Amino acid sequence: MSQVMGLKAKLGLNVFKEGGEFHIKIREGKAKDQRLKKAILVCPAGLYSENPDGEVTISVDGCLECGTCLIACGPEVLEWRYPDGGTGVQFRFG
Amino acid sequence: MAAHEVSEGFDVIIAGGGLAGLSAAYTLASGGLEVLLLERGDYCGAKNVTGGRIYVSPVRELFPELWKQAPLERFIAHEEVSLMAQERSITIRYDGSELNEQPYQSYSVLRSKLDRWLARQAERKGAMLVTRSRVDDVILENGRVRGVRAGGEELRASVVLACDGVLSFVAQKAGLRKAYEAGNYALGIKEVIELDRQVIEDRFNLEGDEGAARLFMGDVTAGKFGGGFLYTNKDSLSLGIVVGIDALGNEEPDVAAPDLLDRFKQRPEIARLIRGGETVEYSAHVIPEGGLKAMGALYGDGILVAGDAAGLAMNIGVTVRGMEYAMASGYYAAQAVMNAYQKGDFSSTTLSEYRRLLEGSFVLSDFQNFRESLSVLENPRFFQYYPELVGNILKDLYHVPAGPKEKLYPTIRKHLGIKELGALFKDYRRLKKI
Repeated sequence: MSQVMGLKAKLGLNVFKEGGEFHIKIREGKAKDQRLKKAILVCPAGLYSENPDGEVTISVDGCLECGTCLIACGPEVLEWRYPDGGTGVQFRFG
Repeated sequence: MAAHEVSEGFDVIIAGGGLAGLSAAYTLASGGLEVLLLERGDYCGAKNVTGGRIYVSPVRELFPELWKQAPLERFIAHEEVSLMAQERSITIRYDGSELNEQPYQSYSVLRSKLDRWLARQAERKGAMLVTRSRVDDVILENGRVRGVRAGGEELRASVVLACDGVLSFVAQKAGLRKAYEAGNYALGIKEVIELDRQVIEDRFNLEGDEGAARLFMGDVTAGKFGGGFLYTNKDSLSLGIVVGIDALGNEEPDVAAPDLLDRFKQRPEIARLIRGGETVEYSAHVIPEGGLKAMGALYGDGILVAGDAAGLAMNIGVTVRGMEYAMASGYYAAQAVMNAYQKGDFSSTTLSEYRRLLEGSFVLSDFQNFRESLSVLENPRFFQYYPELVGNILKDLYHVPAGPKEKLYPTIRKHLGIKELGALFKDYRRLKKI
């Protein structure tokens, strides 16, 4: 059992409540912005990736709502708000 | 009671039910004010994460009734810090009778339990808590905050407390924040790993409710600014890393944040401590570490900012603190509000008493004393060079070769040439700033 647990499996342990619209959006025309590339490294949930066209995409499911991407990349490239009240991750331990 | 400045709405609206908001709500409600606290999670604590330890000493007297019942995990009786080189590590362990004497200085803690409990205490005092409610905006009239917008409603109050955490959109909308700078923030990532109580006590040499705290620096963050931590809870471990966001996003080598934690877990020193445990939660949170320089305004007309929202967390190496500052700032914000209430004046001039209260307390005294700590500790030599250097010296000191062993002094000098000694001296002088 010393196998490393995959990130997806780890995120699967958390309680998430679905709802509302995506709370993080890449701003129009910024998908290839260099600043956005940092999100791929810094996101603890691994939600950002780069597609073959060199555009960064995000899949918001599993977001831990930490805000690291916003701080690393800046509000010029990311539109960021907290998910609606009562949705998103609900930590049972914290 | 003095006349209200605003007769409609609440005396106080608090955005955010973490430790700052709840401490303020508890204090204000105890003082008889009408308090509405809005929390976006399903319950207080649902959106909060701690590395794992709260220092109770600085805030014990501010909440004398609370600590006997508070759901804390273990009192920390054993401290360890490890320098991790790539192939070896050096650990210093500190045990002392002072760590075993009541009242205990610090405890391991899980936020979901602590905050939920504190929310009940605030409610018992008469505060009104509404969960699942996100504050979307502040109501601004002629530069003065008059309330908040949440869930499509306008909620008015004499004063608003922004206790909405490190990103504090509430303080931002009130125009009190500085722009985010990656160098002023760190990312914390944590796993809570369940393990039998008995196994924890045997493995970490704990008696009863004793707990252990372990910090790790060096290779654990691939040499970047930050470190690893492990705290023992009653029947789980909190294991994680903290790493500067600037270092993570901009410095070589490129390592993805989740991989840092996995690498840490696979270190043999760590793997044997968590063996047999089951991860039950994976969490992350941002920590404000920029200190005084990064701090925005703490108050404005009709608004106060407390806790992480105000940037009140600090990293001074072996102690990384935030929760005590959150609780104390919530308490002092409440004091300032109650005085403003007596006067019937919630202008920034009156509310500026908040800053004076913080300056007269441990909160801003600490921030003043440790204002250089980030710039001193950010030295990459602490995270790359020294762990390897000390590891190599110990490796050679302990090594017994097949042939004759070299004398000790030349063994050490081999690692410490004039250049290294010069750099060491310079680093030592910088340390004097903290």
